[in-house]
Amino acid sequence: MGILEVKGVGKRFGGLQALSEVTLSVAENSVHAIIGPNGAGKSTLLNCFVGKLIPDTGSVMFDGQSVLGRKPHEINQMGISRVFQTPEIFGDLTVMENVMISCFAKRDGAFRLHPFETVAHEQDIVEQAEQMLMDVNMIDKRRMHAASMSRGDKRRLEMAMCLAQEPKLLLLDEPTAGMARADTNNTIDLLKEIKEKRDITMAIIEHDMHVVFSLADRITVLAQGTPLVEDTPENIKGHPKVKEAYLGESA
Amino acid sequence: MKFLGLSRKDTRFLIIVILLTLATPILLQPFPEGSGLATFNAGYPDLMQRFAIFGIFAIGFNILFGLTGYLSFGHAAFLGVGSYTVVWMYKLLDYNVIWGLPLAVIFSGLFALLIGYVSLRRSGIYFSILTLAFAQMSYNLAYSVLTPITNGETGLQVYGNDAQVLLGANEPTSPHFFGIVMRENFWEPTFGGWSFTFNNGYYFTAVIAIIVFYISLRIFRSPFGLMLRAIKTNQTRLNYTGINARPYTLAAFVISGMYAGLAGGLMAAMDPLAGAERMQWTASGEVVLMTILGGAGTLMGPILGAGFIKYFENIFSKINDQVLHGWFAFLPDGLEDFLIGVSHFFVGKSWHLTLGLLFMLVVIFLPGGLVEGGQRIAGLFRKKKTTGGGGDPEHHPKETPHVAE
Amino acid sequence: MDAIILQILNGLDKGSAYALIALGLTLIFGTLGVVNFAHGALFMIGAFVAVTMQKLLGLSFEQIDESKTDFLGNPLKVEVPYVESWFGPDVGAALIDWSVPLAILFAIPVMLVIGFVMERGLIKHFYKRPHADQILVTFGLAIVLQELVKHFYGANPIQTPAPDAFIGSFDFGAMIGFDPNVIIYPYWRLVYFLFAALVIGAVFAFLQFTTFGMVVRAGMADRETVGLLGINIDRRFTIMFGIAAAVAGIAGVMYAPILSPNYHMGMDFLVLSFVVVVVGGMGSLPGAVAAGFLLGILQSFASMNEVKSLIPGIDQVIIYLVAIIILLTRPRGLMGRAGVMED
Repeated sequence: MGILEVKGVGKRFGGLQALSEVTLSVAENSVHAIIGPNGAGKSTLLNCFVGKLIPDTGSVMFDGQSVLGRKPHEINQMGISRVFQTPEIFGDLTVMENVMISCFAKRDGAFRLHPFETVAHEQDIVEQAEQMLMDVNMIDKRRMHAASMSRGDKRRLEMAMCLAQEPKLLLLDEPTAGMARADTNNTIDLLKEIKEKRDITMAIIEHDMHVVFSLADRITVLAQGTPLVEDTPENIKGHPKVKEAYLGESA
Repeated sequence: MKFLGLSRKDTRFLIIVILLTLATPILLQPFPEGSGLATFNAGYPDLMQRFAIFGIFAIGFNILFGLTGYLSFGHAAFLGVGSYTVVWMYKLLDYNVIWGLPLAVIFSGLFALLIGYVSLRRSGIYFSILTLAFAQMSYNLAYSVLTPITNGETGLQVYGNDAQVLLGANEPTSPHFFGIVMRENFWEPTFGGWSFTFNNGYYFTAVIAIIVFYISLRIFRSPFGLMLRAIKTNQTRLNYTGINARPYTLAAFVISGMYAGLAGGLMAAMDPLAGAERMQWTASGEVVLMTILGGAGTLMGPILGAGFIKYFENIFSKINDQVLHGWFAFLPDGLEDFLIGVSHFFVGKSWHLTLGLLFMLVVIFLPGGLVEGGQRIAGLFRKKKTTGGGGDPEHHPKETPHVAE
Repeated sequence: MDAIILQILNGLDKGSAYALIALGLTLIFGTLGVVNFAHGALFMIGAFVAVTMQKLLGLSFEQIDESKTDFLGNPLKVEVPYVESWFGPDVGAALIDWSVPLAILFAIPVMLVIGFVMERGLIKHFYKRPHADQILVTFGLAIVLQELVKHFYGANPIQTPAPDAFIGSFDFGAMIGFDPNVIIYPYWRLVYFLFAALVIGAVFAFLQFTTFGMVVRAGMADRETVGLLGINIDRRFTIMFGIAAAVAGIAGVMYAPILSPNYHMGMDFLVLSFVVVVVGGMGSLPGAVAAGFLLGILQSFASMNEVKSLIPGIDQVIIYLVAIIILLTRPRGLMGRAGVMED
């Protein structure tokens, strides 16, 4: 029984069957990659996990509870954090404030009216956020305006924000899309480090095979909205079906 | 030096604001009476009261617009509710403002809860239109079917046959606070050519303004304030961080509505009248203008904006042909007439033209408002001091300025 | 039945004005992505073009009429309009009488120029700025325009009558078989409606059947792609802004006989037109037109005594109420596209 159980999920947009009969299981404390050619339905599938889309058919169970019909913030509070293709951060706030918001969300839940406390006096939150920033080597940037950082740093910050919530499942939507090789490698190192240091399950949607094969414990290949195969990276590499559907296309 | 839970910097800031507010009757009378520049004096009770009242209105509006970025075009409705509540308390009980003001805050808060709950289901321009629609509805109703409550076009005021059940035999017959009559001055000293007016009503509003400014300072520094700023910068991220933005925004909406109600109540506390025109959308536009002009999202901005607009509204509308002739008298006749002709566009009754132009200029060149302008000027001086340090400024990590500045 | 027809008719002229303003607002929003709060001011300027035309044509000089005498027995001084002395009394008088429709000829170039200047001078700097900034800067511009007009024309409404031929009303009911004198409709309002229909038709035909219109429509749907095709979309959008300004302007010209122009009429109409645009759906031209007429007619129904006695005050709030309900139930308005202005 995996932490995320997806059964028979289908989603239709007008005349386009974006997803059909998607079934997969993400095991706890593993890194599960979902790959597939463009338009295979990877992002649609991910959006079904986080409450942005509601599938027409099937079920998505997280930690024994259905996520369907819940709002994004509710699903996040259940323990799913998400990293976006282009880093979504609070650009107008400082790096420290960005991480502190995650810490508040973890401590206080979806809403708590606390207009007369002072952020700077919230010792536990400040400490947690500083610790998190140290973990991702960003502590010296804590007073920086988040929007003024490089893309790599923004990605790192977004990751820190997700990790600060100590999620059970971290969803990564093409975390290295549009990155230079060096930044990609840094991201891989960061993810490896996270994987080693923390008890965390990750589901990655990725285009870059290098990233996938360096990180994943298990891979699901999606083509035209349905899973083709699910296996270990070693087996996937040589799989003829995969070559045909995916590697063949890119060759 | 920590004070009322504020950081050292904020405490200093608050103290400066308090001193400036209390010294306003002196600071705004820099020119001796009867001198040519006396037109620019602003230290009379009526105007100073307006500074404080609109300051409160703008401080509250800033909590919504400045922090969350939700642009409401309907806040004048709460202003009106506040005024009507206070005048009704005069009519029913007596002229003591102690009854009306808290009720004005409560009623406008409830009204804001209702309007906010509905309007906040949408964002962006749809939200603006919804708030505008609600406010216009209130305005139109106040003029028509609600006449029994609002007295329609005449405006609500106290009549001799009103109940006023608490009215004592020796009680003042104009708004007062436990016998301190708003429209009376408690000290009118003259020093040489200078004369100053210390007015009860001004100090009453000023003390309230300081209290609500302190509250807004605390909100800015609180986790709640942090969430509101997060809403403005990236709501998607906030949702995916497990935070429900709507109740936070609604709370901000209600708080700013209560500020507006308080401001409206104070208007009626200074002058026991309430009219529907206070609810018109132009009044909402005015507070938007003040906030933007001063600097939305900054603590000081709305106060500066409110003061700036009310000051220039007053001064510019006072300037008439006589004053202009006085100024341009030294010029040859033709040129004098020409300059006076040109000035006509901007002063007296045409002051709104100046306001409109100013508004455009600020939005175009200084989106951060007067506060940003001040920061830029201060920045120029600072740069001069530290030049020679070398290095490309682009490659230095940019530190975010504190919100207060 | 007759009452219903009467209310529909009564709603048409206001609805026409809403539709015309909303059409321009939507064109500007759809093409340039700009929320133009100064659009009402353009409508107001149009109305004042009509006022100016009437004043210009009425300019006169004093002449001594030997054939008449005043009460002292001296020859009477009469005011003779210049146009009458130039073109003869008949043509001159006709020109004065027809000054409002004539003002359209004058208003189109004026409004086009104002539109171009506005777009090139101000609006184009705001394409990339947040909608709030656009609203604020055009709001400032609206104040400036309104105050300028007030400066030159004063604060009081200026009566601007329609040509004599259209003054008065006709019995519409009798024409379609109802009893006489139940459905009486002023001629000019009918003219206004027909005129509005014509302008709306022309704008749609222009967008539908010309290459220019096709490019603009494509640009509304996907600006970047059209830009990539090497088409200078910006210039076309400038022209589109001019056209939107001209539509608002001539809508104002023709409205002058219905509502005596005053400096704040633009703001009054703007608020309602924005509500119309939102109800119709941001960015949808048919939506803007449909919502304009719908709200105009609803408003006139709400003003019926029967309705007012049933729900007091409904005539004051109906438009806003409808707007609120539609926004809450159909967030994109009646015909709005997805993803427009949702942030």
